[in-house]
Amino acid sequence: MAGPLRTAEPSAPPPAPGGRRGGLSGYLLLLPGGVWLALFFVVPTATLVATSLYDPSGSLQLGYRMTGHVQNYADSLQDYAPQLVRSFVYAGTATLACVVLGFPLAYAIAFKAGRWKNLMLVAVIAPFFTSFLVRTLSWQYILGDNEALVSFLRAVRVLGEDGHLLATPFAVVTGLTYNFLPFMVLPLYASLEKIDHRFLEAAADLYSSPFTAFRTVTLPLAMPGLVAGTLLTFIPSAGDYINSELLGNPQTRMVGNEIQDLFAAGDYPTASALSVTLMAAIVLLVFVYVRRSGTEELV
Amino acid sequence: MSTATATARRTGRGSGRGAGRGPGRWLADHLVLVLGLLVLVYMTVPVLVVMLMSFNDPASRNSYSFDGFTLANWTDVCGPYQLCESLVTSLQIGLLATLGATLLGTLMAFAMVRHRFRGRSAANLLIFLPMATPEVVMGSSLLALFVNVGVAGFLGFWTILVAHVLFCLSFVVVTVKARLAGLDPRLEQAAMDLYANEWQTFWRISFPLVFPGILGAALLSFSLSFDDFIITNLNAGQEVTFPMFVWGAAQRGIPPQINVVGTIMFLVAMSVVLVGELGSRRRAGR
Amino acid sequence: MSQESAPQGAGADLVLSGLTKRFATFTAVDDLDLRVPQGSFFALLGPSGCGKTTTLRMVAGLEEPTAGTITLGTDDITHLKPYKRPVNTVFQSYALFPHLSIAANVAFGLRRRGRKQVAEDVERMLDLVELTGLADRRPAQLSGGQQQRVALARALINQPRVLLLDEPLGALDLKLRRQMQIELKRIQTEVGLTFVHVTHDQEEAMTMADTVAVMNAGRIEQLGPPEVLYECPATTFVANFLGQSNLVAGRVVGGSGVSGGGDGGDVVLDVHGATVRADRARAVVAQGDVWVGVRPEKVVLAPAGVAPPEPAGNCLRGGVVSDVSFVGVSTQYLVRMPWGQELTAFSQNSGHHERLRTGAAVDLHWSPAHTFCLDASQDAAAGVEPEDR
Ligand SMILES: Nc1ncnc2c1ncn2[C@@H]1O[C@H](COP(=O)(O)OP(=O)(O)OP(=O)(O)O)[C@@H](O)[C@H]1O
Ligand SMILES: [Mg+2]
Repeated sequence: MAGPLRTAEPSAPPPAPGGRRGGLSGYLLLLPGGVWLALFFVVPTATLVATSLYDPSGSLQLGYRMTGHVQNYADSLQDYAPQLVRSFVYAGTATLACVVLGFPLAYAIAFKAGRWKNLMLVAVIAPFFTSFLVRTLSWQYILGDNEALVSFLRAVRVLGEDGHLLATPFAVVTGLTYNFLPFMVLPLYASLEKIDHRFLEAAADLYSSPFTAFRTVTLPLAMPGLVAGTLLTFIPSAGDYINSELLGNPQTRMVGNEIQDLFAAGDYPTASALSVTLMAAIVLLVFVYVRRSGTEELV
Repeated sequence: MSTATATARRTGRGSGRGAGRGPGRWLADHLVLVLGLLVLVYMTVPVLVVMLMSFNDPASRNSYSFDGFTLANWTDVCGPYQLCESLVTSLQIGLLATLGATLLGTLMAFAMVRHRFRGRSAANLLIFLPMATPEVVMGSSLLALFVNVGVAGFLGFWTILVAHVLFCLSFVVVTVKARLAGLDPRLEQAAMDLYANEWQTFWRISFPLVFPGILGAALLSFSLSFDDFIITNLNAGQEVTFPMFVWGAAQRGIPPQINVVGTIMFLVAMSVVLVGELGSRRRAGR
Repeated sequence: MSQESAPQGAGADLVLSGLTKRFATFTAVDDLDLRVPQGSFFALLGPSGCGKTTTLRMVAGLEEPTAGTITLGTDDITHLKPYKRPVNTVFQSYALFPHLSIAANVAFGLRRRGRKQVAEDVERMLDLVELTGLADRRPAQLSGGQQQRVALARALINQPRVLLLDEPLGALDLKLRRQMQIELKRIQTEVGLTFVHVTHDQEEAMTMADTVAVMNAGRIEQLGPPEVLYECPATTFVANFLGQSNLVAGRVVGGSGVSGGGDGGDVVLDVHGATVRADRARAVVAQGDVWVGVRPEKVVLAPAGVAPPEPAGNCLRGGVVSDVSFVGVSTQYLVRMPWGQELTAFSQNSGHHERLRTGAAVDLHWSPAHTFCLDASQDAAAGVEPEDR
């Protein structure tokens, strides 16, 4: 795992020499945050893995016994494989939609917005400032059966006489796309913005068409942002259950819904096993993806 | 100046001068901008809906439609049971978590960028992994820990805070690190060359130059913390944060006041951003 | 001006001994020995990547040497922190503080040393580098050349014992550069600071410096007054890097010892069958195979068989002009020799002799006093700029 996670050390300027730049003060600065991460991330993750192997017949009140019950994984997979697959399909679709929507926006902000650049950036971040749940609820309104959008789509026959938007997979993916789009736009913008305009002019000068210039210059240079953006949208989407709960129906339940419900019901071993499976699947996907995209720099 | 025009000017030798004008051409040049603005509209519409709904006078508890205009929601924000209490809880947690995460994360970012030490790839991994963990997994593993060490009965404000500092931390490190990596180390070296010791170099050069990154990280932390539902919900015990209030309300019928809160939040944040922007314009103009 | 850090007595030479810097496996500076006399204007010249900046950074304390010591007068400053050294740097990349005004940038060093009243000094300094009236701007609002002059002012104002200048005039146009060169030289002589000046510009190094050191691949190739370096290069690298040289394979046939092979102390050489002589003092090697060198402007071309206006002493016959290029004050000829090599000759366009045409048969004449001999084991093309090859 260490391979793809190495940040862009070679391109980074060398650390400043002089003064106490040795290992010790580095560790001291790292210590408080590191302890926090170790105590509340590493240990809990280990605990989660351990819990996933507990005897499922225990309960919060009676206590659990560590029995190395690998069967939990088989059980949870058997029961929740559709939700797991659905989560990845929805998250993948939403990520793709985020790329399609996010790229023009990030490109426009970086290169075309001129003096409106900052304003547009603020507009991208602005939705953050209204609560996530409140915004998702407003999609309930926008996609509602009695509202303008559905009426319009029915009128132009995109939707049937009694077609819906709300409580469909479309609504869930729309919500996911909407919620995580800023996480795509911001890293993309950050890496596009670094592209020196002179590169593109140089490319134009060397007789490449705008499209060729885009493909050979802009896209490779935007790659780190694209990778970061897809990770930052895909990962939270895959684990999300809010959009499915608020905008979907029982047939759009994602793995997050199940994990949440299992925890709420006190079935810790099964819930943990499902969590570990989700995490492992994501780590595997991310690993393959980062390797294939050939980017060493993450986020 | 746009690249497209630059390209056109270089390669468009054959076409007549007047041919470049006209609406078709304008659209081609500005296609990306138009698309971008459309996407922005998509991103903004829900916020506008929130604002609109803050004036809604719903006909019934479960009504999703705009039934009538009223100012009552604005004059009676705290009307719904627990709304304002949950808001206060969220603000407290948000501020404390921001403070903690920004402090710890900034220190880590400086260590990662400006210091050489063994095990930095392990440190990188440790910082990256929380971001690669879905919220529901992170929340449930924290819960698993709390249950296992026997504090399941004490879930509440402090466990929420611990969790929020945790998931904000990595974002702070990444944000500050990016800013710090863009900072030419030769600036710090030049300061040392000009008789500034490490302390002076930090406060006079590094800190002011990295400050926008730290500020950005703090704002990001606050909005992440204030918005979080999934992790909070798992570790909150009896405590109710604002997102949890909204969630609960969504099951029972949504009081329009939450739209008022959303609108206020939005306006406050926007004015902070605008004031900051004006301030930096003014400073740059001097 | 302030006296705080004025040079303290004589003997405050900057001495680098055995200085080495390795980055992982790559040796950027290799066992360098150098003495920069106090109050001198010392130029460091060399191709890109040869370790000039690295050397300066070690002197400034910004890079920890792998081995060796740096002393200033009697003080060993090898491991002193940068801010404790009476040394300032003009960075190759300027490194101006982007968040501070020009005035604050220039005042930075004085303020850090506790000076309160700096406005006057700053103003004087900005006048000196012709940036009067820009004191309140930010670095980003200046042109490249203006930024470079701020970097200069920011270092100069501190009157350090040693000022390190890393290509401080690189971004300036020719006129401004000449002006700043004169200004720098004046400041240096007036205040008696030691300047170590890194440059790519040979002419700049030659006109400004008391001593020029030519550096190559982490080592000093040769060091001395500019005219000595030019007239008596010690290696093929220096011969080619400083100006141009014709290097022809030859062999010493006499005059290397006391044997009366020739008049005075000349070395007698065989060059592709012709006999030429070289001043004994200018022969680095006086035995066996050598490179026989002569600068193109020292070579006089004459039509084959015709004696040159002033007899020169050395002569190579059988050349054919293969290229003539007119470069204003002079004409540059390429002459193909019978053994296939192309030699270069410059002739002043003084109007005294007619221009030769391509294809003309010519003889090359020059004086033994302008001939030098170099070690034949060195690469004759070392230090040739790519476009010259
Ligand atoms: N931090 C570093 N890590 C690895 N190699 C380095 C580092 N700094 C410099 N080098 C290498 O050391 C050599 C000398 O670099 P230096 O900057 O001293 O060259 P220079 O003579 O100043 O060149 P220029 O005239 O182009 O400025 C170069 O080959 C460079 O690639
Ligand atoms: Mg250099």
